[in-house]
Amino acid sequence: MNAARMLIAAALACGVAHAQQAIVLQNATVHTVTKGTFKGSVVIQDGLITDVGAQVLTPAGAKVIDASGKHVIPGIIDCHTHIALDSINEGSVSVSSMVTVRDAIDPESIAIYHDLAGGTTTVNALHGSANAIGGLNVVLKMRWGKDAEGLVMKEAKPGIKFALGENPKRQGQGGQNPFGASLSPRYPGTRMGVEDVIRQAFTEARQYQAAWKDYNSHEAKGESALPPRKDLKLEPLVEVLEGKRLVHAHCYRADEILMLLRVADEFGFKIATLQHVLEGYKVANEIKAHGAGASTFSDWWGYKIEAYDAIPHNAAVLTRKGVLTSLNSDDVGNGDLSTRLNTEAGKTMKYGGLNEEEALALITINPARQLGIDRYVGSIEVGKQADLVVYDKDPLSMYSKVERVYIDGTQYFDREADVAARSRKDAEKKGLMEKEKAKEKSSEKAADKPGDKPAEKQEAKGAKPHQGGSDE
Amino acid sequence: MNKRLFAFTALFLAAAGLLTAASPPHLAIRGARVFTVSGAVLEHGTVLLKDGLIEAVGEGIAIPAGVTVIDGTGLNVYPGLIDALSAWGIPETVPAAPAAPAAAATPGQGQQQPPPQPRVRGPEDRPNAFTWVKAADLVKPSEKQIETARSAGFTTAVTFPKQGILAGHGAVINLGGETGGEMVLDPAAGLYTSVTTRGFGTFPGSLMGVMAYLRQLWIDAAYYKLAREAYARDPVTNPRPAYDRALEGLLDTHRLLLPATSRVQIERMLRFGAEFKTPFVLYGGQSAYETVSELKRAGVPVILNVKWPLKEKDSDPEEIPSMKTLQLRDKAPTTPVALAAAGVPFAVCSEGLDAPKDVIKALKKSIDLGLKPADAIRALTLSAAEIYGLSGRLGSIEKGKLANLTITKGDLFDDKTTVSMIFVDGKKYVPAPEAPTPPRQGGAKSPEVGQ
Repeated sequence: MNAARMLIAAALACGVAHAQQAIVLQNATVHTVTKGTFKGSVVIQDGLITDVGAQVLTPAGAKVIDASGKHVIPGIIDCHTHIALDSINEGSVSVSSMVTVRDAIDPESIAIYHDLAGGTTTVNALHGSANAIGGLNVVLKMRWGKDAEGLVMKEAKPGIKFALGENPKRQGQGGQNPFGASLSPRYPGTRMGVEDVIRQAFTEARQYQAAWKDYNSHEAKGESALPPRKDLKLEPLVEVLEGKRLVHAHCYRADEILMLLRVADEFGFKIATLQHVLEGYKVANEIKAHGAGASTFSDWWGYKIEAYDAIPHNAAVLTRKGVLTSLNSDDVGNGDLSTRLNTEAGKTMKYGGLNEEEALALITINPARQLGIDRYVGSIEVGKQADLVVYDKDPLSMYSKVERVYIDGTQYFDREADVAARSRKDAEKKGLMEKEKAKEKSSEKAADKPGDKPAEKQEAKGAKPHQGGSDE
Repeated sequence: MNKRLFAFTALFLAAAGLLTAASPPHLAIRGARVFTVSGAVLEHGTVLLKDGLIEAVGEGIAIPAGVTVIDGTGLNVYPGLIDALSAWGIPETVPAAPAAPAAAATPGQGQQQPPPQPRVRGPEDRPNAFTWVKAADLVKPSEKQIETARSAGFTTAVTFPKQGILAGHGAVINLGGETGGEMVLDPAAGLYTSVTTRGFGTFPGSLMGVMAYLRQLWIDAAYYKLAREAYARDPVTNPRPAYDRALEGLLDTHRLLLPATSRVQIERMLRFGAEFKTPFVLYGGQSAYETVSELKRAGVPVILNVKWPLKEKDSDPEEIPSMKTLQLRDKAPTTPVALAAAGVPFAVCSEGLDAPKDVIKALKKSIDLGLKPADAIRALTLSAAEIYGLSGRLGSIEKGKLANLTITKGDLFDDKTTVSMIFVDGKKYVPAPEAPTPPRQGGAKSPEVGQ
């Protein structure tokens, strides 16, 4: 892993020094998603798609890759994940908008590589759903080998997580924390309370916004005054009010969806995406009227009471009703659903009868629009970032495999190379284990020497605070 | 100067018990191998100590009459060793009596739950911030670790309170002296931070919560200062800011200690530390061999934890550790080698080790892997002094520096070497005879019972 990281870093360093060699993916089935599907080629230059079509001009010195029989799609975008994070929930308070998952990115999480192997190139890494208003999210590109900030897609619009229903109200009864300490109940304990928390937070945000406006107008007039105290919790909420920050709201039931849309309308802000939104099909018209997007699962439900009244036609119904819809993984840990979002998309053709292009849009251009990054990614168009996936078969087939993945024109996954490297990696690991064993033996021998004291038993130490590590 | 008056004063001070501690003997160590650290090694060096300071050092320097002479033949003289991060000298606070076992001992009675604590609302409640706590106020010369550490060759330690996220201010202390106050060389060594989280129970419950909390605290401290100044200028128009001890303590911070062990943590904390206008140091740093260039670029020193990770004893022989774990266990002891080669300043600390002398053993492991002994000595002396801004007084054998010396029979890193004497502020100490391994705590007091 570390060796891989260094290799890639070295490769990238070279890339900075010289302009990237142009690449042509030739004679593939190109699924542009926005401009049709055809037999043709894609040209990549300096990280961007510079040409696409049935006939393309091969730039001088370009590396031509014969992709006949292969399928090329834009990199898959997962609109809701928790992978590659050392910390997911700040669940202690009902409004945790002062925290950001960007602080907790783990660029060494193997889930990034797993995502790549499944054709996912961009993810929306979200805070958890423990509270009505959660922390700030970050959009990441799966640039395996880069450091935390190197993964961040800086062009993405900032966002924040909201959560409705069972998760944010669960602590309303008190009980115990994960370490067994008894907890006083955390407000709210009902769906009504969740609404109240959001309303209260935005009321505070409005007051805060007004206080700064007042201060700034005094300043402009040259009058000196003490500025308001900068509040990291309220700043992002003011950005929501001003339309500068996207709201991604975890929700299930139709009633809570309507509640949130009404609260947002009342305070004059928009919900960018309703996440999970399993009962979205019941209120698709209202969602459409508000202008929110929907990011749901293909056929995953029943894992808790609020997730029962679901149908596999949800994505298709929402799409037909004109709601901007995507499919997501909600992955935690090593990544699972995000490694096969292509087949998740394929299911919508069976349930709800979406066509191939509509199905692919659910995991490419639609989530790109929902995250405000459709100018850069989400389809195969000239001028967009060269995030491309090469499949050996039709990407919506469960028999297809990802062969190559490009992000910004750089190849981050190569199935052949991966398979070829496995035995070398196994050998490296075996070598390290044997080295350790040999060291152990020699130190045992040294300890057995007459005259030497036996190793002292380590005394039990009290629990120590863990330092700088992950906490989930 | 009136001789009689001086004599009188001296007599008076002696009677008051002040002078005995303040007048170490005028002495010379002659013909020893002197590791000055700041300069060359003197094969037949002489070190003159007077009034707790190094009066002179060199080869073939004249020894004034009446000076006590110690024959240094066969001895190595090092600057007093410095442990860069510990809790030495701070008495352990008595933990609150656990309520649960008593209740459980009564059969038939259900477990009595302690009343739930009120919830922390957020940064405004200043949870786990003890910035008003100062190690300098807590150190006691009677603490047992002081003698243990001194006997292992340490003359100086940087000691920190450890409870909480912002645990309080550390102090650079000499491991000798009659009172706590006498030991303190710098009461503002730095503010110790740790990522202490308790899940959903109380804010901050996560790594990102801790980071957001620290950011808000720094914003609040700057604002507090502003509001206080505005109020001092004009108490009629400006509101009176409420006194806040957490922010008062924060405003006194000149150096921040941030925890970072893995590569990801080091990179994270380098970015995070740069947000504050306070200089910072990383502690932990075992994976720093992977991040030397980042550390070098940032100009951030490392206080290296030298408890090298090992395969756990009695671990499942069938278990296959991850590649990352194997690499860390293989490479961690090479971290000092990499840091020294890159010129990243680093010191070492005893945190997590059983005994202070294990710091030296751990560095020996690194020497076997390529660390130059001179770099190892520097990490134990001058580098630590530089990191804490005390290189004018500590860390090398130079004229005018504190007479803190560690004298060994044989090379410091040799297994068979023993510490023959230690000087702290010019006062000579001999190492305590090594105590036999204390018997394990008796059953009656064992804390494991009932858990």
